[in-house]
Amino acid sequence: MSKKIFVSGDEAVAEAVRLAKPHVISAYPITPQTVAVERISDFVEDGTLKAEYLHVESEHSAMSAAMGAAAVGARTFTATSSQGLLYMSEVLPYVSGARFPIVMMNANRTLATPWALLSDHRDSLSQLDSGWIQVYCEDAQETLDMILQAYRISEDPRVMAPMMVNLDGFVLTHTYEMVELPAQAEVDAFLPAYTTINRMDLDDPKTVCYAAMNDYMEFHMKQELDMRKVPSVIEEVDRLYGDKFGRYYDGMVEQYLCDDAEVVLVTLGSVTGTARVVVDAMRKEGHKVGLVKLRYMRPFPREEILDIASRVRAIGVLDKDISVGYEGIVFTNVNSTVADLETSPGRINFIGGLGGRNISKENTRGMFNELLELARGEKKEKIQFVNARCEYHG
Amino acid sequence: MSIKIKDVIHKESPMTQGHRMCPGCGAPTAVHQGLMGIDHPLVVINATGCLEVSTTVYPFSAWRVPWIHTAFENAGAGAAGVEAAYQALKKKGKIDKEIKFVAFGGDGGTYDIGLQSLSGALERGHDFTYICYNNQGYMNTGAQRSSATPKGANATTSPAGSVIPGKLQKPKDLTSIAAAHHIPYVAQTTLHNYMDVASKVKKAIETPGPAFVNILVPCVLFWRIDPALQGDICKKAADTRFWPIYEVIDGEWKLSYKPKKRVPVEEFLKPQGRYSHLFKGERSKALLEQAQADVEKDWEYILDRCGETWEPAE
Repeated sequence: MSKKIFVSGDEAVAEAVRLAKPHVISAYPITPQTVAVERISDFVEDGTLKAEYLHVESEHSAMSAAMGAAAVGARTFTATSSQGLLYMSEVLPYVSGARFPIVMMNANRTLATPWALLSDHRDSLSQLDSGWIQVYCEDAQETLDMILQAYRISEDPRVMAPMMVNLDGFVLTHTYEMVELPAQAEVDAFLPAYTTINRMDLDDPKTVCYAAMNDYMEFHMKQELDMRKVPSVIEEVDRLYGDKFGRYYDGMVEQYLCDDAEVVLVTLGSVTGTARVVVDAMRKEGHKVGLVKLRYMRPFPREEILDIASRVRAIGVLDKDISVGYEGIVFTNVNSTVADLETSPGRINFIGGLGGRNISKENTRGMFNELLELARGEKKEKIQFVNARCEYHG
Repeated sequence: MSIKIKDVIHKESPMTQGHRMCPGCGAPTAVHQGLMGIDHPLVVINATGCLEVSTTVYPFSAWRVPWIHTAFENAGAGAAGVEAAYQALKKKGKIDKEIKFVAFGGDGGTYDIGLQSLSGALERGHDFTYICYNNQGYMNTGAQRSSATPKGANATTSPAGSVIPGKLQKPKDLTSIAAAHHIPYVAQTTLHNYMDVASKVKKAIETPGPAFVNILVPCVLFWRIDPALQGDICKKAADTRFWPIYEVIDGEWKLSYKPKKRVPVEEFLKPQGRYSHLFKGERSKALLEQAQADVEKDWEYILDRCGETWEPAE
C-alpha cells in the first residue's frame, strides 16, 4: 500500500532512491542538495537501503565512481547542484558516450560569479549538449515519481542513456509537501532488476570507455539516432507509471488549457505552479491564455512544440537563465523548432529568476499581457527582463 | 606470496604483445613484470596516458582482462566505483569470484591531476592497488615537466638553456604522501630486478585494502636513452640511490635494496640526453654536486624512516 508522507523535495528524492534500490551511490554534498545525500546516508546506515555508499572527495570523483560502478553493471545514483555539476561536467559525456544509465538528481542553483545560492537553471542548461536526458520537475511528488521513472527510462535497452532529474533548489528541495510514497512491491514490479550486456565481464572480457579515432563519428551518430527514439519510451513509461500509480505527467510536455489558447507561456520547473494559478485567473477574466510546461529539454519535444506553435498567435518563453551575448537557452531551442513552420507565431523571451529573483503572479500576468498585446499586433521587445531592479534598453 | 619463475614463465600476461608502446618504454615492462605473479582474476582501470591510448583505440585492445579507461584525473575514483559495485554485487550473490582491481596511471595522472582522486580512494579504504608507472614527466603530450620530473632535467616546458638549467624544483615525494595515508601497503621500485617488481605488486594486490606502488620506468624519448638500456638505466637508478627501493607495510618502513658501493649519481645521469647540459659548460661541476647532495639528503631521509644505517664498501 502506498502512504502519504510530509517531506521536502530533497527527502522525496532520498525516498525514491531507497525504493529504486541502487547498488552504488557516490555523491559529494553541495547546498541545496545536501539533505538528499544525508537522508540516503541514513538509509544505508539503518540498513533499509542495501547499497555501497561512496563518500567521495569531490563531484568529479562522484561521477567518475558512478561510471566505474555502472561499467560493472550496477544500478547507480548520484546527486549534485550548480558548481558541483560544472565540476563533474568533464565526466558527463564520458558516461553518456559509454551508454551508462546513471541517474542523477540536480538541485538547480545559479552559477558564480557573483556567487549565490538560490535557484535558476543556468547550471543544468549549460550541460544540454552532454548527451544526458534532462527532465525538470514542478513539485516534490513529481520529483519522486521522476527518479523512479528515470531508472526505467535510462535502463531501457532502446535508450541506454543517463538521466538528470532537475528540481529547483530551495523552492523545491527545502519546502515541504504531502507526497504519496508508492509501496515497495509496486515499485519492484514497475522497475525490474537492471541487466545489461554493456558491462565488464570476467567471462567475456571487454575493453570499455576507450578511444575511437576513425570510428568516433559513427558512435555519436548511433547515440543521436537512439536518442531520437527516447520520446516514445518516455511516453510509454509515463503511461505505465500512471496506470500503476495514478499519476500521469503527459510525457514530454504538459499542455495546460492550450487547446483554444491564443497565447501560451513556456515554463520549466517550479515556476509552472505560479503560472498555472495566473492562467486560471486570466481565463476567468476571459483571456485565452495557456501554459506549456516543458518537462524535457533533452531530448527536445520538437513535435509537441511544433503542434502548439501552429495553433497560437504568440509564444512566450520564460528562461531562468541567459546565454550571455545571445538570449535565453530555452528560447533558442523553442525558436529553432518554430522556424520549421511556414508562418510562425510571435515570440517573446522573458528572462527572469536569475540568482533566485522572485517571479510573482503579477510578473507572470505581465508576461501574458505582453503576449496578448503582441498577438493584437503591437510591437514588443523580443528579449525582456522580468522583475529587474534597473532600467534597460534594447 | 613467493613467486617461482617456472610457475609464471608460460603464463599469459593480462596484456598482449602487439600494442603501440615505443620500443624500450618501461610502462609495458612494468605491467608484465608487475602482474606476472598474480593468480586472481583481474580488472584493470587505466588513467589517460601513453599506456591507455597505446594499448587500445577501437576496435583494437591489448587487454585480455576487463579494462576500463575513465579519464585522466580520476583513475582512483573510477577504481573505487568498480570495486564498490563488485562489493555490492557480491553481497547480493551476483558475483562469487575473488576479483582484484588494479589501476594504472602515469606520473601526470597520479602525482598531479589525479592526486585528489587517488587520495580520496586511499582514504576510503577500497580494496585495490594503484600502480604509478612513473617516467617523470608528461610523455603522452610530448615530454613536458611534471611534479615528478627531477631537478635539472630538460623537459619541453622546463627547457635547459643558457639562463635556466632545466627544471629548478625537486620532485614531489609521492610515495611518502601515499604512505601518509597509513594504508596497508606502499612500495617504491624500478625495473632493476623483475622479481622485486613482481613480488611488490603481488604483495600490493594480495593485501586487503588499498595499496600503492610507484615504479620508476624510462621513457626513451624523454630520457633520451638507447632503448636497449631500459634495465640498465633502472639498475643505475637503484645503485646510485637516485631512486631508493623500499616498502611500507602497515606503517613499517623497510629498505629493500642497499647498494654495496657508493656509486655517484652521474652514472645514472650521464647516459641520458635529458641531462646532457649538466655535463657541459662552467656550471657543470656545481650542478652535479647539487644533484649528488640532493641524493644524499633524500637517502638519509629513507634510511631514517627505515631505521637503517648504510656503510658502503670503499
